[in-house]
Amino acid sequence: MSVDSLVAGRTRRSRRRILLTAGIGLSVLAVLVVSLMVGNTFYGPDKVLRVILGQQVPGASFTVGDLRLPRATLGLLAGLCFGIAGVTFQTMLRNPLASPDIIGISTGASAAAVAGIVFFSLSETAVSFVALAAALATAAAIYLLANKRGFAGARLILIGIGVAAMLQSVVIYVLSKADTWDLQTATQWLTGSLNGASWNSVAPLGIACAVLIPIFLLQERNLGLLRLGDDSARALGVRVQPTRVVLVLAAVGLLAFATAATGPIAFVALMSGPITARILGPGASLTLPAGLVGALLVLVADLVGQFAFGNRYPVGVITGVIGAPYLIFLLIRTNRSGGSI
Amino acid sequence: MTTSHQLSAERITLAYGDRTVIEGLDLAIAPGKVTAIVGANGCGKSTLLRALARLLPPRDGQVILDGKALHLRPSKEIARLLGLLPQRPVAPEGIVVADLVGRGRHPHQKMLARWTARDYEAVAEALAATGVADLADRSVDELSGGQQQRVWIAMALAQETDVLLLDEPTTFLDVAHQIEVLDLLTDLNLTRGTTIVMVLHDLNLAARYADELVAVRDGQVHAIGTPESVITEEIVHEVFGLRSSVINDPLSGKPLVVPSGRHHVL
Repeated sequence: MSVDSLVAGRTRRSRRRILLTAGIGLSVLAVLVVSLMVGNTFYGPDKVLRVILGQQVPGASFTVGDLRLPRATLGLLAGLCFGIAGVTFQTMLRNPLASPDIIGISTGASAAAVAGIVFFSLSETAVSFVALAAALATAAAIYLLANKRGFAGARLILIGIGVAAMLQSVVIYVLSKADTWDLQTATQWLTGSLNGASWNSVAPLGIACAVLIPIFLLQERNLGLLRLGDDSARALGVRVQPTRVVLVLAAVGLLAFATAATGPIAFVALMSGPITARILGPGASLTLPAGLVGALLVLVADLVGQFAFGNRYPVGVITGVIGAPYLIFLLIRTNRSGGSI
Repeated sequence: MTTSHQLSAERITLAYGDRTVIEGLDLAIAPGKVTAIVGANGCGKSTLLRALARLLPPRDGQVILDGKALHLRPSKEIARLLGLLPQRPVAPEGIVVADLVGRGRHPHQKMLARWTARDYEAVAEALAATGVADLADRSVDELSGGQQQRVWIAMALAQETDVLLLDEPTTFLDVAHQIEVLDLLTDLNLTRGTTIVMVLHDLNLAARYADELVAVRDGQVHAIGTPESVITEEIVHEVFGLRSSVINDPLSGKPLVVPSGRHHVL
């Protein structure tokens, strides 16, 4: 084996990954632009571009700038967050079912957020932090309940599913107590929706992304080594426990802020990682590409939900319709092979 | 690689939760030699190896590498001196051989830094030394057990450590592949001077391939020394509770344990 052919092999694999990731990125951009163009009134790409550049375009400035752009940005950021948080959990726990929306962490954030809004009329930013605290508490509770066999295994997932069911009933209880109960609030906290999008809800999420996403890029190599098992990772010089704590905190952070802004958009965290592994090949590092796939899922599902049918459906209904069969498929496959992501 | 690193355990006590496995054990690993740790199931030999590899911090006492306690040194620095092949390493699904072996370069790489020429050379050498160069672009899942084991050893080689610890490197392998792996480790010891410490199940293979044997019983070093001094009918009985005859292996001249069970004995 010559060094040259090693270099060639590595270059070939990394070029392929970069091209595919860029392809996913461009698809996200394309869907983003389309979602700015379509609606009750159609605006061409030229008008959309002028609005984005800050020019005044009669009609379009309000519709595109104040309605569609915050909605699309919120979808983009939330998708990124769900995708990255999902794939990080799935990779660390070596199980595609270990997604934070299955093991109750999203539901924890969701329950706290809806309680904050209904009982205490909190602001967007305050809701984000309450959701963060609740998500961290949920993660800690699941960890402690499952801790007999360490940070892994089916035990943690099963306990998580139980915790998720309990917290789901909290969400429904809070909704039933709301004075101004309406369908929109309910759907947002049950399946996730982009209907309430405004710059006020985008801002905290944008800041969370800017702070937390770089952490994943810095820890990418360590995460790759954790996939070899704790013993091997430690033997290669990874500080296993601190690495894991940092990654869990960052992932829970992304998830909590995204959930506070949009509600728990069903199954995006679950689906993004495995879809990305299918596209890129499972050996690759998946974090950022999975985020982009998450964004693509949310944006496409929102377009479909708004315009494909006579009625407008929230984004979570669409991702739920795709995600539920996928979950069943995953359960069957995991049961058969005990496979990892 | 000529420097020989000194690895030793000083009065270490090892425990999982409330269960103490090893208490107050002393052990000095012979530098530049092949050492095999043997003992009955559950005697604590794997636990001892985990402690030497700093995977299990001692409850009491310390593991010392070149005069400094292991737990006081940065993990990445130790990883440049001390390699480990765990009993059941996990290959990420779909990973390619060259990429897996490349993970062994982690202790030599800076955060976010690109691969250096040395990284490529070390991986190429490791693939060649273990005879898996032809498989470099294959997915690890597709390989046979023996090939996978060689790939894992290649990863530990790419780490370029002077000391290599292996936890039962021959389990799950058929007899031909067991010999192949042990020959490979001996090559490494002879050509690079790598200190090898391995837990082995098979007493006869241990006697044949190790320069030094460590027999562990009830969390204590029961006997230590050359195979000739450790493999006696008496010690085999004390360590394994097994009656046997020890004869000379006609091929190697090393001691060979022939167990005397209740049946099929003339």
